[in-house]
Amino acid sequence: MSSAPALVLQFLELILALLAAPLLTGWVNQCRAWLGNRSAPPLTQFYRQLAKLFEKEVVLADNASSLFRAAPYVIFACMALASMIVPTLSTDLPFAPAADAIALVGIFALARVFAALAGMDIGTSFGTMGARREMLIGFLAEPALLMVFFTASLISHSTSLSTIVETLGQREFAIYPSLAFAGVAFTMVSLAENARIPVDNPTTHLELTMIHEAMILEYSGRHLALIEWAASLKLYAYSCLGLALFFPWGIPETTGPLSMLVALSSLVLKLAIGGFLLALIETLSAKLRIFRAPEFLGTAFMLAVLAMLVHQLLETAT
Amino acid sequence: MTTLTGALSIDWMLLLVCAWIVIALAGLVAPKSFRYASRVLYPAGALVGLLLALTAFIALGGTPETMVLPLGLPDLPFHLRLDSLSALFLVLLGGSAAGISIFSAGYLRQAEGALPGLQSLQYHLFLASMALVLLADDAYAFMVAWESMALSSFFLVTSDHRLPEIRRAGYLYLLIAHIGAISILLCFGILQGNGHVGVAGYTFANMRSIDHSVFWSSAAFGLALLGFGAKAGLLPLHVWLPEAHPAAPSPVSAMMSGVMLKTAIYGILRVSFDLLHHPLWWWGVSVLALGLVTALFGVIYSAVQSDMKRLLAYSSIENIGLLFVGIGLALTFQSFGMTGLAALALTSVLYHCLNHAAFKSLLFLVTGSVLHATHTRSLGKLGGLIHRMPWVAWLGLVGALASAGLPPFNGFVSEWLLLQAFLFTPGLPHGYINMMVPVAAAAVALTAALAGYVMVKFFAVIFLGRPREENLAHAQDAGTLERIGLSWLAALCVALGLFPVYVIEKLDLVTRPLLGTGIYGAAGAHNWLFLAPIDPGRASYAPVVFLLSIAVIVAATMFIVHRFWRGRTRITGAWDCGFPVQTARMQDTAEGFGQPLRQVFEPFYRMQRELPSSFDKQPFYRVVVDDHFWYWLYLPAARAAEFGAKMVAFLQRGRISIYLMYSFITLVVLLFLIRG
Repeated sequence: MSSAPALVLQFLELILALLAAPLLTGWVNQCRAWLGNRSAPPLTQFYRQLAKLFEKEVVLADNASSLFRAAPYVIFACMALASMIVPTLSTDLPFAPAADAIALVGIFALARVFAALAGMDIGTSFGTMGARREMLIGFLAEPALLMVFFTASLISHSTSLSTIVETLGQREFAIYPSLAFAGVAFTMVSLAENARIPVDNPTTHLELTMIHEAMILEYSGRHLALIEWAASLKLYAYSCLGLALFFPWGIPETTGPLSMLVALSSLVLKLAIGGFLLALIETLSAKLRIFRAPEFLGTAFMLAVLAMLVHQLLETAT
Repeated sequence: MTTLTGALSIDWMLLLVCAWIVIALAGLVAPKSFRYASRVLYPAGALVGLLLALTAFIALGGTPETMVLPLGLPDLPFHLRLDSLSALFLVLLGGSAAGISIFSAGYLRQAEGALPGLQSLQYHLFLASMALVLLADDAYAFMVAWESMALSSFFLVTSDHRLPEIRRAGYLYLLIAHIGAISILLCFGILQGNGHVGVAGYTFANMRSIDHSVFWSSAAFGLALLGFGAKAGLLPLHVWLPEAHPAAPSPVSAMMSGVMLKTAIYGILRVSFDLLHHPLWWWGVSVLALGLVTALFGVIYSAVQSDMKRLLAYSSIENIGLLFVGIGLALTFQSFGMTGLAALALTSVLYHCLNHAAFKSLLFLVTGSVLHATHTRSLGKLGGLIHRMPWVAWLGLVGALASAGLPPFNGFVSEWLLLQAFLFTPGLPHGYINMMVPVAAAAVALTAALAGYVMVKFFAVIFLGRPREENLAHAQDAGTLERIGLSWLAALCVALGLFPVYVIEKLDLVTRPLLGTGIYGAAGAHNWLFLAPIDPGRASYAPVVFLLSIAVIVAATMFIVHRFWRGRTRITGAWDCGFPVQTARMQDTAEGFGQPLRQVFEPFYRMQRELPSSFDKQPFYRVVVDDHFWYWLYLPAARAAEFGAKMVAFLQRGRISIYLMYSFITLVVLLFLIRG
């Protein structure tokens, strides 16, 4: 099954993810600036930022352990692996059988746990606060995400992401009520997991509101660059997942130059629209107090469970 | 299976159990000699454990072997039987015992707890009795072994018996162990049936042959659930776990949590899949519900503990809950004749038994090393130990990640299998059960995610950050023998996580005799790398590929980063946000890290808070989190027992004339009854 073109494609998909993820983040920031009536940074701003950070020296706290130094690499590797197994250009991915939807949730959890451990390693109050809050968000977002995947797997009788996307892509255009619920839940989870506005704010450094930023406050230089890059990869992976699950049209099952071109252009289009919608949500909503976040995520969790129930009730009646 | 010398596996097994007993008795030769126990007895015990695991591993594929020992009462000999189910649990026992014993050899300290020889006596008798529980093939031998297991572990728990709270913990443990034992005895009484009045009825072979009516088999199942649930720590009989584990020395906690709780799982599997034949669907559903409640309860309580061993004890309750969820699912599938799926669920249970034995023993041993280095169990007095104790910290990290159910470690595999089993429940021909699936699966997912929270707290508060007390600067890393024990268990965690297909091939040898089918045919059909329990299109997971890709990406990133941007590093103080006084007390304590969960799950806890007022000279904050069950169940039960005792005491007047009157009334009543 792992034919040579498929392997090449897999590699291309990784490269595409690594290159496109900063662009997506740049695009979202641009849209946010426009919607906030500010002049926007260029689309490539994130690249410059990464280049600058890689160039800078690392300022390390004197009591940092090797876990602190290793964590950025592990987090980056997790996100790169995640973006490899999410079907973006094709569903024939040699790496897809290595990890299914449940394992994908595991990858995100692994990255989160390493980030939280690194946040607590220096022993500053900001780091521990961020780690605690991140784990608080995580323990509700993770099962909600898993339940969204479960709904999709119940429809497609598989937890393999490729199979799910193939099945959902091939179905006749019918509205699955369960998928509608799951879609809302997924959007809410993605907002929380990517440290976006109703739950967290990627641009804040105000102590009362920081979650993700507080956790990585001690990082600098190349370590910070890797973490920022990983965060943008996560946003990219989540966006592609959402598109693949709920708007799977345009992802070809075969590997050919023409179908690749179609897939690429449809992906770019979908990501552009998705990024704009994300910026719109962020602009229109206000940040929640930290203890409202569990309610927000609890709602997402309930919706995801409801999606499964609706599927059991309405869609399996044969 | 005959080996080279013509002896059966069960002979070897018996020999090894006897070796443990001999080692135990050898402790009496020089009970005060610390060197003798730590250099001779415990290493020998570890070797026996390793051999036991190997023998059991060979016996896993063999046909069941039986043996009758001329021991016991006249006409009531002990029957032993080694089949694949007992062999699997013997592998678990031997494998964990090897690691824990070698750790104990290094862990033992002069003048701590009981005399070293006596402690070794109890420890090795505990091991031998657990092996006999797994080998027993009649109710009599089983109960004798079960009770010796309870008693020897009671003595181990109370080895520091001079402290009153340890005596109290031991008493509670013994009490609940006996409620369980009575219930198991009654269960065997029912299973024996009334066909055989004589001696032959008490063998498991006889129990297997009887087809009980629905009522009696349900009664037997209920009693078994109560009895084995008490030993496993199923709600509401879980209260002894968080008391006994902190009281016991760490290797004993590791043994009890890693292995002894599994003997209860073994018991429930033996009764429900082997001795009883036709599970009813509502057994499965009630076990599933009970397991879910236990799992959630365990993890929610575990998140707010500030004693590291109590935290692990509650986490064991959570894992036991997950095991019961799997058993419930397997019973439900089995009752509808869906044996393939029952095999999937049962495989996840057996797999998780192995996993939990590996990672929980590892974590308990880690707490032991930390305890010896720092003399405190309280998380609020630890921190920053990764610098002082790198071996313990990094091996502990493996255990913590495995326990959090993260890939590519072992905890993830069994969780993955369990979730896969849930995804098949829509096939069940019963509408209401189908409806419960989303809720149950959601609860399992929530439990798994919370376990991650708990493990981050456990690891980060102990090993990361800055030392919260000054004496931590002198903490010593574990010695060589301790490191060997820890590394062995950590290696098991990694191996079980990386080679699931191979493990499942072995687990199939257990599920096939019990259910008539296994999942290896499908799981291994793809190849050894890819675990695909049903078919590769449906779901697959390849931990080796997973780990390799992460390793390759990490290596490539490191190479590129260092090649192109010559990584300069400046080491300086942590960033202080312009506030120059940063102390270790500004970090989160264990209470602080658990605070969000305390707030989210507030109704689940019974909390007493003492908040400081703004005028206090020395502000004082205290919060005590208690278990609701004490106040809902145990204290009322204790009060009722006391009330009953008082009522009976009314009869006792201390005057001989009154006692004579009792005898007279009894006589009259009896005569009247016989006449009538």
